[in-house]
Amino acid sequence: MTITIRKTKKSDSLKEIVEQLSGADLSICLQCKKCSGGCPVGKQTLSRPSEIMRRLHLNAGNELLESDIIWTCVSCETCSARCPMGIEVAAIIDALRKLALERKASKQKGNVPLFNKAFLKTVEIFGRTYEIAMIAAYKLGTGKFMSDTEKFPTMLKKGKISLIPSLNGDRKIVRRIFKKTKENKGAKV
Amino acid sequence: MRYAYFPGCSAESTARDMHESTLAVAKALGIEMVEPKGWTCCGATAGHQTDRVLAASLPAANLIKVKDMGLDMVVNCAACYNRMKMANYEISTDSQIRTSVCDAIGRDYDGSVNVRHFVEVLLKDVGLETIAKTVKHSLKGLKVACYYGCLLVRPPKVMKFDDPENPTSLDKLVKTIGGESIDWSGKVECCGGGLSLTRTDVVVQLTDSILGMAQSAGADCIAVSCPMCQVNLDLRQQDIKKQTGRDYEMPIVYITQLLGLSFGISPDKLGFKKLMVPASNILEKVAQNSNE
Repeated sequence: MTITIRKTKKSDSLKEIVEQLSGADLSICLQCKKCSGGCPVGKQTLSRPSEIMRRLHLNAGNELLESDIIWTCVSCETCSARCPMGIEVAAIIDALRKLALERKASKQKGNVPLFNKAFLKTVEIFGRTYEIAMIAAYKLGTGKFMSDTEKFPTMLKKGKISLIPSLNGDRKIVRRIFKKTKENKGAKV
Repeated sequence: MRYAYFPGCSAESTARDMHESTLAVAKALGIEMVEPKGWTCCGATAGHQTDRVLAASLPAANLIKVKDMGLDMVVNCAACYNRMKMANYEISTDSQIRTSVCDAIGRDYDGSVNVRHFVEVLLKDVGLETIAKTVKHSLKGLKVACYYGCLLVRPPKVMKFDDPENPTSLDKLVKTIGGESIDWSGKVECCGGGLSLTRTDVVVQLTDSILGMAQSAGADCIAVSCPMCQVNLDLRQQDIKKQTGRDYEMPIVYITQLLGLSFGISPDKLGFKKLMVPASNILEKVAQNSNE
């Protein structure tokens, strides 16, 4: 395959900020492609982990944040575990997710950021996850109302989904954590 | 043996069966499990995909509670276990992260609480001999594919749980209770984890491949120790059938459910009724063995 590398102004290059966010050293990548070989979603994505590594190393800019692997990656960590140079490839993908949100890269299939936001919002409010609220918020945002609905009655009957949220968690400390993270301009939650 | 037991949010919803069977097995083995008061969510995948400090602070809010209890933390949910260990690792190796986490939780925490997986406690603290002595009904003749997935073993430098490519902890437990742990190649493959709702297409493909591997290896069931793996492999069999026509009818059980069954605990107390794909083949086998 052909990889097009656009000339990027040094200030737009993602390399340094990704290294800083992930703690990984991109320059030691050997391009052995073990990360791509073991990637469970590599078959479904246009770009694979080794390509991301190479493009970052060659000073790719914001266009890299449009790569589908960023939000299709399941965080299984197979890439990091098998890297012969010990590069935390999965941490690099996490860093790219954060930058994709901050720099408003376009939405990808499935809208994982919306799911993450819905998940974390219920944690912020209740201290523990509250699946029905989380699923409702996600479905409202994506318009995918009908998917999986046929499974709900059985899951409710089997007690696999709770109607009422658990309120036994220490909500005070969780709210403090979210407040502090927002103050530090960290999470976009 | 006394531990601070962190159930995790899914213990109150999708993985009640894991929670109930864990407590039943612990009781049968004389393990005391104390829940930290006011435990909260570990942040799961959404946490670490969003922000590194948030991802370490949410587990730290629980770790600090356990530190006050002066006990080891025991977790059975592989996802929570992973997040707890990752937070400890980040806090103890990166001083900047530690400072931000301590600021977020409003307390100083050094990442020192010992986080153990329930399976590790069974193997190292209880021991296979004691477990073998507790067995009332052997699982003789039951072919079990032990499935570890991602979060128990990866990243290996932090988890240090078992061999990251060919783990055997669950297999040892299955053998001890009389079952046959089969050799198969899907042990550490990924089920699609947290993409269950967002990219169901990906999860259907991945679980189809794992179920196919277990079936061709001759498995009667798959034993897991992660609520996300259990839900994906169990629930998505309906979707696989609809989309591909392949009907696996493969029960996906928690290792603690199998252990409990062999200890003579009633299947109802172990949450067997909560499984989407019924485990009747397992229950029949155990009943048959105990009548022999």
